[in-house]
Amino acid sequence: MKLKTWLLAAAFAAAALTTASAATFRFAFQGDLKSLDPYSLNETFTHGVLGNVYEGLTKRDKELKIVPGLAERWEIIEPTRWRFYLRKGVKFQNGEDFTADDVVFSAERSFKPASDIKTRIQPAGTKAVKVDDHTVDFILPSPNPILHYEWDTWYIMSKKWAEANGSVEPQPQAGQQMSYAALHANGTGPFIITEHQAGVKTVFKPNPNWWGKPEHNLDEVIFTTISNDATRVAALLSGDVDFADPIPLQDVDRVNASSNAHVLQGPELRTIFLGFDQYRDELKSSNVKGKNPFKDVRVRKAFYLAIDENAIADKVMRKAAVPSALMISPLLFPLAKDFTRPKTDPNEAKKLLAEAGYPNGFEVTMDCPNDRYVNDEAICQAVTAMLARIGVKVNLLAQPKAKYFAKILVSGGYDSSFYLLGWTPGSFDSWNVLANMYRCRDEKGAGGNNNVGNYCNPKMEDMIKQILVENDAAKRDQLIKTAYQLGQEQDWGYVPLHQQALAWGASKKMKIVQRADNQILFYWFRKE
Amino acid sequence: MLAFIIRRLLQAIVVMLTVALIAFTLFRFVGDPVNMMVGIETTAEERAQLRQDLGLNDAIPVQFARFVANAARLNFGNSYQFKTPVIDLIADRFPATLELAIASAIFSLLIGIPMGVYTALHRRSWLSNIFLAASLVGISLPTFLIGILLIFLFPVTLGVLPSFGRGDVVRIGFWTTGLLTASGLKALILPAITLGLFQMTLIMRLVRGEMLEVLRTDYIKFARARGLTDRAVNFGHALKNTLVPVMTIAGLQLGSIIAFALITESVFQWPGMGLLFLKAVQNVDIPIMSAYLLLVAFIFVTINLIVDILYAVVDPRIRIDARATA
Repeated sequence: MKLKTWLLAAAFAAAALTTASAATFRFAFQGDLKSLDPYSLNETFTHGVLGNVYEGLTKRDKELKIVPGLAERWEIIEPTRWRFYLRKGVKFQNGEDFTADDVVFSAERSFKPASDIKTRIQPAGTKAVKVDDHTVDFILPSPNPILHYEWDTWYIMSKKWAEANGSVEPQPQAGQQMSYAALHANGTGPFIITEHQAGVKTVFKPNPNWWGKPEHNLDEVIFTTISNDATRVAALLSGDVDFADPIPLQDVDRVNASSNAHVLQGPELRTIFLGFDQYRDELKSSNVKGKNPFKDVRVRKAFYLAIDENAIADKVMRKAAVPSALMISPLLFPLAKDFTRPKTDPNEAKKLLAEAGYPNGFEVTMDCPNDRYVNDEAICQAVTAMLARIGVKVNLLAQPKAKYFAKILVSGGYDSSFYLLGWTPGSFDSWNVLANMYRCRDEKGAGGNNNVGNYCNPKMEDMIKQILVENDAAKRDQLIKTAYQLGQEQDWGYVPLHQQALAWGASKKMKIVQRADNQILFYWFRKE
Repeated sequence: MLAFIIRRLLQAIVVMLTVALIAFTLFRFVGDPVNMMVGIETTAEERAQLRQDLGLNDAIPVQFARFVANAARLNFGNSYQFKTPVIDLIADRFPATLELAIASAIFSLLIGIPMGVYTALHRRSWLSNIFLAASLVGISLPTFLIGILLIFLFPVTLGVLPSFGRGDVVRIGFWTTGLLTASGLKALILPAITLGLFQMTLIMRLVRGEMLEVLRTDYIKFARARGLTDRAVNFGHALKNTLVPVMTIAGLQLGSIIAFALITESVFQWPGMGLLFLKAVQNVDIPIMSAYLLLVAFIFVTINLIVDILYAVVDPRIRIDARATA
């Protein structure tokens, strides 16, 4: 009894001490914020959250347009020399000045072996050279018109701070312990991390010395992981958090029906698609022996025509998906409107199969993740049923992403005949899609190392090389269009399905800016 | 006696090695940890280098031997995701799990014992029937469902009690506790009920059964004949004798509460060892998984060892039997 009284007294005392601040923003995401070192993991969530603390030379605005960040302006002096003029008077959160040395240091740090963001500065071998304290040149081995496309998440770190804290090397993945930079942050951005318990909780406070004009009105931001879908939704509905990402599609109506929260849905950049093994002479998991049916363009086209993407978007995705004709989101390619999905036509598909020598169809295993994309396994089940209509018997193998990627990526020897995958171009540009999905690869993954089915066409190789170095924007777009025409309408290399929708759950007290790349940038959020 | 204990200890070591071997073998099939550690655009060479650095390319027996040798020195390696020694991570998460386990054990005792006593004393009352029916629900509903129902009822519908997490915690030395803050205590209620419900039912039924048995014995009849009050008979004599087996079971169950808190921890995002383990499975964080399984095995082996030795102390026949069959 005594103990109980004592505990209660302690509880009340503690409650009196912790008075909640007016504009505390609490948000929950399904995954962890594993490292604060912005170079150690190339992952959207990590980069998005760190984007509130760190800044790049360039930024992207609410519509993903490139705008000045730590660089006020830039120019291309020669095709292989870019000059960036740095913002003056910017300070890191520990009080040090931001100068050209930090940019040069950050560029060098990105190329270190332990860095997971080596592709941020392309092509490899690019060098950053200090011109004066507030000017930096980037010298490229060959022209690259999209050098700065990925730079809003290439964050500039302080040279002095990294050196003083033994964090010149990025946190290595096989490291024995977390480096200082993986547990502490020192950016130039609008928020400072004041507390970080990896895997549990991270606390942010506004940076009073930030150079920009804050658009948010938050006094404190608290991030927690809530991995369980039902719990995350409940936490939002009960008001324990102001923001939850993602909201499962089946809960969207329930959240919208509640009095204090709603779901913000918007197009995401990721394209969900199906791929074929077009490389092996005999499929690993099929009853067709001695040849590979997917090497025949008629079979690939038949698969495309048999799959009713509109039905998938309507029923499986509950209208939260936009059917796609290309392997890239139309938001990222100005000429995307010139492409349309052919109408679903099972009869034509059957005819094509018969012409290719499979009048009775065949049997093949489909690999599918079941915890990676929105309703991924359900999409695969729908595809299975649709292909059954044209006589193709699909044996579905749906597994957790840890097993799935181990099987189909390079470490598993690209072991898949037919698979579902999603791709977001990190650079928001078609070259990334073409280089990863349409470039030939070898067994060890050199070349297009995420081209699981190894689509390979020498004509495409040439085009991709041209696109890489073409500096004229209009010409470049035309080249990209021709490449997509070849890959999609002539070779039927992939079956693009759709772009899934973001589903952010937010309290009605919050004013949220939702960017299509799914980065949670709360420096634009306001709470009433 | 000493020979008996040594024999038992050797058996315990064999059990631990077996668990280690099973755990180690199973993890070969969870997936590729490297894929979960790097972004998708990481090149094949870098992935191969990472495999090399992590020692994943060594022969399986070599890896196992290394694992056992390190584990024997309490070195479980570094977490792949957190780059921190696993032993530190577990030590960090252990207070949350232990506090939850103890709270739910207390809850199950405080509610289960009175309910058991009541249903034994008033066998035919309507309230007893309700208790017994409700306890069936407690046994048959899966833990995660109970948790979700509680979350839906209290935080979402009624707007009381937090839906997830541990609230504010206070750090005392190496121990973090949520017991000293209001939000910490509030956060403890629902998970403790969820985790304790099954134990509560078990204890209630156990108390009821034992109590009914005791009430039939002669000394209770004599006590009543001597004119002692109901209160003295029921609580002073009957309950006291009932509690011995209850305590044994409750003690044994504490181990399983700690070990199987992981469902509750996942539903309530309770930052304990169970949650750590579940996420480790998703991320193929093999060092965490193996350390956790070994720890759980260790808890059970230790409890059983102690129980065995205590039995042997109490009952010499066990020692003789063991010697005869050995």
